[in-house]
This record gives sequence, structure tokens and C-alpha cells, in this order.
Amino acid sequence: MKNGSIITIENLVKSFPIGGGEFTALNGITLDFEKGEFSGIVGPSGSGKTTLLNILGSLDSPSKGQTNVLGTDSSAMNPKVAATLRKKHIGFIFQTYNLMPVYTVYENVEFPLLLLKIPASERKKAVLEALEWVGLTDKIKSKPPMLSGGESQRVAIARAMVKKPDLVLADEPTANLDAENSHHILQTMEKLNKDLQTTFVFATHDEKVIGYLRRIIRLEDGAVVSDENVKKQEP
Amino acid sequence: MIAFKLAYKNLMGAGLRTLLIVFVLSLAYVLIVYMNGLYQGWDRQARIESIAWEVGDGQYWHEDYDPYDAMTLSDAHAPLPAELEASASEGKAVPILVTQATMYPEGRMMGALLRGIDTRQRILSLPTEQLDPDSEEITAIVGTRLAKAAGIQTGDYLLVRWRDVHGTFDATEVKIAGIFKTTVPAVDMGQIWIPLKKLQELTGMPGEATLVVMDESPEEGTSIAGWEFKGHDYLFKELEEMIKTKSVGGSIFYIIILALALLAVFDTQVLSIFRRQREIGTYIAMGMTRKEVVGIFTVEGGMHAILAVILGAAYGFPLLLWTQKSGIKMPEGTDDFGMAAAEHMYPYYSLGLVVGSMILVMLATTLVSYMPSRKISKMNPNDAIRGKIQ
Repeated sequence: MKNGSIITIENLVKSFPIGGGEFTALNGITLDFEKGEFSGIVGPSGSGKTTLLNILGSLDSPSKGQTNVLGTDSSAMNPKVAATLRKKHIGFIFQTYNLMPVYTVYENVEFPLLLLKIPASERKKAVLEALEWVGLTDKIKSKPPMLSGGESQRVAIARAMVKKPDLVLADEPTANLDAENSHHILQTMEKLNKDLQTTFVFATHDEKVIGYLRRIIRLEDGAVVSDENVKKQEP
Repeated sequence: MIAFKLAYKNLMGAGLRTLLIVFVLSLAYVLIVYMNGLYQGWDRQARIESIAWEVGDGQYWHEDYDPYDAMTLSDAHAPLPAELEASASEGKAVPILVTQATMYPEGRMMGALLRGIDTRQRILSLPTEQLDPDSEEITAIVGTRLAKAAGIQTGDYLLVRWRDVHGTFDATEVKIAGIFKTTVPAVDMGQIWIPLKKLQELTGMPGEATLVVMDESPEEGTSIAGWEFKGHDYLFKELEEMIKTKSVGGSIFYIIILALALLAVFDTQVLSIFRRQREIGTYIAMGMTRKEVVGIFTVEGGMHAILAVILGAAYGFPLLLWTQKSGIKMPEGTDDFGMAAAEHMYPYYSLGLVVGSMILVMLATTLVSYMPSRKISKMNPNDAIRGKIQ
């Protein structure tokens, strides 16, 4: 692993059995991600970006090659180790928000801290802080069905960020949102990235998201076709 | 704790569906307690009544005595051993002599057993004080069942024939001095009770007995030659088996109710896992192992049982308490089946029964909840997150 890298991928191959044969979703990927990056895996549908994101999030394992996520090597990754890694160090943001419908906003955000067995008083402080980041302190008692798409995604961001993870993986986070809400949540994530030095990795093909990224990794047919750092102008 | 919190929230969120399942499950729980309480109460009552009327604290039987073989009665008698004689004179034992007889009520012929009993005894509830051992006439008491079957009333004379020790037939009339009502058929149906001394004279068996009812069971290891002690374990074996047979029949009813409730739980679990795949994937993404998610869903299903116990206690407790206090009227003639049964049956709900039934319902529900939840362990979390049907 390179100095400063929190994720290293070497010659990653991921294939799935289809019918009698095999479909290769990722083919020979080699990448590094450093702490505090705001980067995105960009490509059309079927290019393998979600598969790559799932492997980074230890929800899936490589067929060939090596990955090292936050110091945990893919060869040492069993279900328990992977679950612990996700629980402690990785936050997820999904296209469909995936909030628990029977929980209030507060309880949804609190959930990752319950898994970490954080004491109640600390939990309360952290949940309120996370909801403040996303501007939803007035909705703590609301349940997901009562929220708009933008609000739901902001709750999902608060839930991903509440434990202050090292890495946040966001899969098409704006796909179900209108432009205004998309910009709002992207600005929120950008701010959190800067304030907390959390590494964000997106899987997206949304131009609005791409406009915010500082590093763009383009995938096509399971292979990296470009990897560029984008210089942003400070406002 | 998370599992319980989450399970509770999900169940409350399911509203009416949860209420219906919990109600049926609670019904099964209350029925299990009620039915078993009824049989326990019956067993308890039958034991108490049998102890009072028939078996005391155990009996010494002559070694040849077999209550199921009337042919053995001619040999199953012997003079009372000194130990039993002493106990009888202290009022701690009641010797009973039994012999086969035939009675002729209203010109009919009916088989019977003549039982001689010490009229001064106070161990059994039989009203033996109504017997007069010193009278010229032979006085007898009979139960209401025999009286009804033979059409006899107090004050009637009944012709009775028996064989003496030598096998010679003899006959005489006995005067019905009293008719007693008991819930124990064994001391009533076909039994004619007369003073022990009279029967010993009639049969030519002075000082002899067939069995001796004890006020207190003897110390372990005490043995009397030619006599065998039969304790409650032995004497109630038949009663217990009869109740067990009846309870098996009764349990079919609550097994059906329980099965219906468990089917509803199973169905809900299957539906829940099918509909909540996205939630399952999210749990895994947030750091739960598949095993832990299976645990959450199992607890959720199992929690139906906890809520059922709470609901069952809410309406079942006063209901069961009421049946325990007021009893349940038994149909007339229930005791004619051959086991002691009072007019009112008082169910007995022991702590073991309530807790045991609770554990049974909980275990069954948890098992039924676990079975479909195992599917989660085979799910692909990536597909589950997207809600893709698996």
C-alpha cells in the first residue's frame, strides 16, 4: 500500500457465472485512493462501477487480484471481518436511500451507533450533530414515508456520516433527485468531506455529480479508461 | 437489544396483521393453559377424592389379592398380622375383607362385592357409623350408583348370597342402613359395605382381611410377610393413564389452534423477508453479519409469542382465575366412565403449567420464525440492497 493510500487495488478481476459461461464485470483494475479524496467512478450502465464500489465496501470479493481497504487485505476478508470493517469504518449512501420505514429520522441516523454499542448520551449528541450537518434537526420525529426524496437522501447522508467513517461509498446518490436537491446534497457531502476529511467515492453517471468530483475515474466494459484529477477553482 | 427494539417497531408498524396473529397465538396459549389446567385439576381432585374415599395413604394387600381378577378373592385373605392389627386398633389402619357375592334386588340377579369394614374407622369418608355391628340384622351401606342400578332405598332389605371359606353357598337379607354419595365409583358401583365382624362371621374368616387401608404409609423398607404395600404411585397409575389418554384427545384442539397461529407467523415471515430485502441488504451494508440479520428476523417472529403471552395474560388471567374459583360443571354421569369426577371440576393452573406453556409457545414460534429467516443467509447483499427479488 502506498503512503497516504487508504485503498489499494491491484489487477482486480471480478467475474460472474452466467448460464454455462462467465461474465467479466471488472478486468484488471489497479487503483489507489487517498484519505480525503472526493472521487468518482464514472461510466455508463453495465461498466462495472457498482461492482467496484461493492468490492471497496467489502460487500463483494474479487475473483482475482488484490484489494486492501483501510488496512484489511482481501485475502483476510471473511464475512465477520468484512462486517466489522463496514460497521466501524465505512458509510453507504444508496440511490434508493434505503431508510428503515418504521424508524423515525432520529432512529435511522442512530442505528449505526447502536451497532457500535455507543452509550446513549454520546449517541444523542452525535445524531443531533449529524442531523445539523444535513439541516434536518426539525424532522427528527418524522418517519421516512413523510419525507421528500431530497430529505430522505439527506437522512441517508447523516446516517452514513454519524459514525464519522473513514470512507463513504455513494452509489448513484442523486439518481432519484431533482437538480436542486442534487446540488444541495452534493454541497453537503462536499462540505463534510472538507470538514471531516472523510474519503468519498461515488459511482455515478450523473453530470451534476461529476461536476463536484475532484478525481474522475472512467470505467468502460470493466476497465479503467481514464483517471484524472480535476483542479477546482476555490470560490 | 437492537433486535428486540427493531422487532418491536416492525411489529407495531405491521398493525392489524400483528394484532391478528398475536390474538390467535394468545388464544392458543390460553387454551393450552386452560385444557391442561382442567386435566391437572381433574387429576388433583380425583386423587384427593380417591384418597379420602378409597386408598388412604396407601394399602397393604394380601399377596394373592388382584382387584382385576375376582377369582382370586377366595384365596386373598388372611388373619391380620400383629403390626397391622395394632395399627387398626389405634385407628391408623382400616382392615377390609372382600368377598364375591350375588344380590337379588326385586327378583333380579346382580353380581356384587361384599366388603366388610370396621365401623369405627375414621380414615375413609365412607359413612360407616351408619353400620351397626351389634345388631341382629346385617346392616349395609351402598353408594347412589348401586342404589339406582338396583332400585333400592334406605330401609330396604336386599337378599345377598355368598360363599364361605369352605366354598359353601349361603344367603341372607341385609338391611340398607344408608346410601352415600361419592365421586369415587370404585367404592360405589357393585359394592355392598357391611360391618367387618359380620362378614368375617358370614364367611368363616374371623380376624381376617383382604386389604388394609393405611392412614400413613409405612417407612420405606418395612415389610410384612404375606402382605404387599401399594403406595399412591401404584394405586393411581390407572387414573393417571386415563387422564393422559383424555388429555391427548383434548390437546388436538389446541394443537390445531397453535398450528394455525404458527402458520400465520410463518406466512408473515416469508412475506416479510420477501418484501424487506432492501432493508436486509442495508443491515448488512451497515455492518451486520447475515447471522445477525437472521437473528433480527427470528426475534421479530418470536416476539409475536411475547406479545401473545402479554395479551393472553391480559384476558386469560381473569378468565382462568374465574374458572379456577367457580369450577366447571361436569355433565351428569361423567364419573360413570370409571374415574372419580365431581359435579364441578376445578382447574388447577400450576406455575409450571403457565411457564411451561409459555416456553412451548415461544419455542414453537421462534422455530417457525427461524425457518424462513434462514433464506437471508443465502441472499446476495448487493441484490438485496437494490430490492432485487431473490
